[in-house]
Amino acid sequence: MEQKHTISVLVENHAGVLSRVAGLFSRRGFNIDSLAVGETRNPEISRITIVVNGDDYTVDQVSKQLNKLVDVIKIKILVDNEFVGRELLLLKVKASAKQRAEIIQLVDIFRANIVDVSKDTITVEISADQDKIKAITGLLEPFGILETVRTGLVAIQRGVECVE
Amino acid sequence: MKMNGAQAVVTILEKHGTDVIFGYPGTAISPFYDELLKSSIKHILVRYEQGAVHAASGYAKTTDKVGVCVATSGPGATNLITGIATAYMDSVPIVAITGQVLSSQLGKDVFQEADITGATAPFCKHNYLVKDVSKLPKIINEAFILASTGRPGPVLIDIPMDILKGEVDYVDEFIFNIPGYQYQFLLNNEKIIKACEAINKAKKPLIIAGGGIISSGSKEILHKISKEFSIPVTYTLMAKGCLDDTYDLNLGMLGSHGTIAANKAVSQCDVLLVAGGRVGDRSMSNSSGVYSKKTVIHIDIDPAEMGKNISVDIGLHGDAKEILNAIYGKLKIVKRDKWFEDKKPVEKLDSKFVISKGCVDPKDVLTCIASLSDSDAIYTTEVGQNQIWAANLIELLTSNKFVTSGGMGTMGYGLPASVGCKVGNQDKQVIAIEGDGSLQMSLQELGTIMQEGLDIKIVLFNNSSLGMVRELQTLKYDKRYSGVCLKSNPDFIKLFSSYGFAGSRLTNKENIEEQVKKMLSYKGTYLLECVVDEDNPTIYR
Repeated sequence: MEQKHTISVLVENHAGVLSRVAGLFSRRGFNIDSLAVGETRNPEISRITIVVNGDDYTVDQVSKQLNKLVDVIKIKILVDNEFVGRELLLLKVKASAKQRAEIIQLVDIFRANIVDVSKDTITVEISADQDKIKAITGLLEPFGILETVRTGLVAIQRGVECVE
Repeated sequence: MKMNGAQAVVTILEKHGTDVIFGYPGTAISPFYDELLKSSIKHILVRYEQGAVHAASGYAKTTDKVGVCVATSGPGATNLITGIATAYMDSVPIVAITGQVLSSQLGKDVFQEADITGATAPFCKHNYLVKDVSKLPKIINEAFILASTGRPGPVLIDIPMDILKGEVDYVDEFIFNIPGYQYQFLLNNEKIIKACEAINKAKKPLIIAGGGIISSGSKEILHKISKEFSIPVTYTLMAKGCLDDTYDLNLGMLGSHGTIAANKAVSQCDVLLVAGGRVGDRSMSNSSGVYSKKTVIHIDIDPAEMGKNISVDIGLHGDAKEILNAIYGKLKIVKRDKWFEDKKPVEKLDSKFVISKGCVDPKDVLTCIASLSDSDAIYTTEVGQNQIWAANLIELLTSNKFVTSGGMGTMGYGLPASVGCKVGNQDKQVIAIEGDGSLQMSLQELGTIMQEGLDIKIVLFNNSSLGMVRELQTLKYDKRYSGVCLKSNPDFIKLFSSYGFAGSRLTNKENIEEQVKKMLSYKGTYLLECVVDEDNPTIYR
């Protein structure tokens, strides 16, 4: 059964590692939903969070093929509901002086932040899971969204369990 | 000790026992070639860079060493790609060294610049672009270990010219530490017990031997298990020579071009032990559902192969030799009724094809060569009908070696591979089985053979066509022959004679033995051109 799987990958922080990982996905025919990468506390190691869509066979192969890359140190397939996952959204919406108050109210309800205001626009920042991001985008749509930018999902396990 | 990068590379090659490298020079790699003059390492100048990788592959497959090839930046490097991909598919340990433009010029599309690490990433076990000369010794050392351990494969190192010229403080001590790479595995005793229980209980156990049997040196233990516990064995193309072909429990090659006995046994067995094979689509298809009713045990050093092509009940991860030895100790002698049919001996195989006048039957030639050649002769093949004829009609001994491009199916592999085989085994007969299509893909390597004074027996099956594709068009495209005619072939005997090689043409059955003897006893490279009917099929049943 096709479903989303979230995978944490620790890699050596070398040039070209990201292209190796991304290249592996395209040539083996795996579909990446999202990919986020950043340094860990150890600057020699980066952590990649990948969301992949596929059945159990695909996820098994993704994990085994990633493991074959010499730069990949560790892989952990995160179990649904046992991790906290967040994406970051920046959203620029049209906002005349009249509409500003209403938008601010929505932003407050979602515990989002306003990071920029101009005569005609408001830029909203929110870190949330995909559902919440979808919800706030939907509610702001009628005002006229000019542009959005999202990061891929980053995820960390709940409780004492660690990938590093 | 202070030295330049190129000197460090040469020093580490020597340290790893490299005595010969195959290559082609150019500007960016020149500092390396300059240092090579001071070394005892022999350089074989090929005629085309792809030939350097194939030769390194033939060398690696027939010695216990890593094959090393060298090319310059840009086109030199990109010409290696097919060879690297071929080695990757067949898990051959190769270190490929390429020159690169100055590191300050990288990415500026300067003369002879190509992103070879980007281009070869899908076909390499690992690759490096060296940007810091102080890391160069460590990287070269790592490359040898990566290429030769675990599942072997090609590793490429791209070295900018300024790095080759740069100064490094060389310390002759290396610590191999790649946190994400392991090549020593603990055996899973529990799973081995489970596997042995399944085999002991089986009424119809069968072993499929893959290329891992050859590369892990498991021929002996495979034979012991088969013989002592009466388990028949079939093999993939990469494992030809894992057992004597005349051994009674050897059912021959399996798959689309395999024997009837092997394919029947695969579908009828109840416990299937796949040892060191990835079960490629040419060997077994997964769609037939034949695996659902049997217990499949899979031994592989690469965990990613388990469950990739067929579903596996017991996966045994690790070195095939170690695991087979562990299994051997736990198997019981079980009385079983004979459940499989014997392989038809080669002399009884028949293509049912009537050979036209002026042509010979490949079977008659190959069986004659097999009976008259040395027991430790090395065979190379190309890809096409010649490869299938060689695989099915040459009866090998375990002391023979069979060098062929399996996974990638690269035409033009065999001739340069035979160069590597001969360079690595001067005392052994090297017999290159060729087709007229494949031979002309690497024809230029005749120059290498001439320059090095190598003695290679070249058996050319000439049907003036691309026989394998033609046969496909006969069977699947209603004889609509498209792009397979090679009627304007040169006179190969004359061509070879211009390189100083002897040769003769076989056009009738009566002369086969005499000509084969003449070829085998001749000192030096010899062409035996066998004229074959274009309709001569690959299938001999």
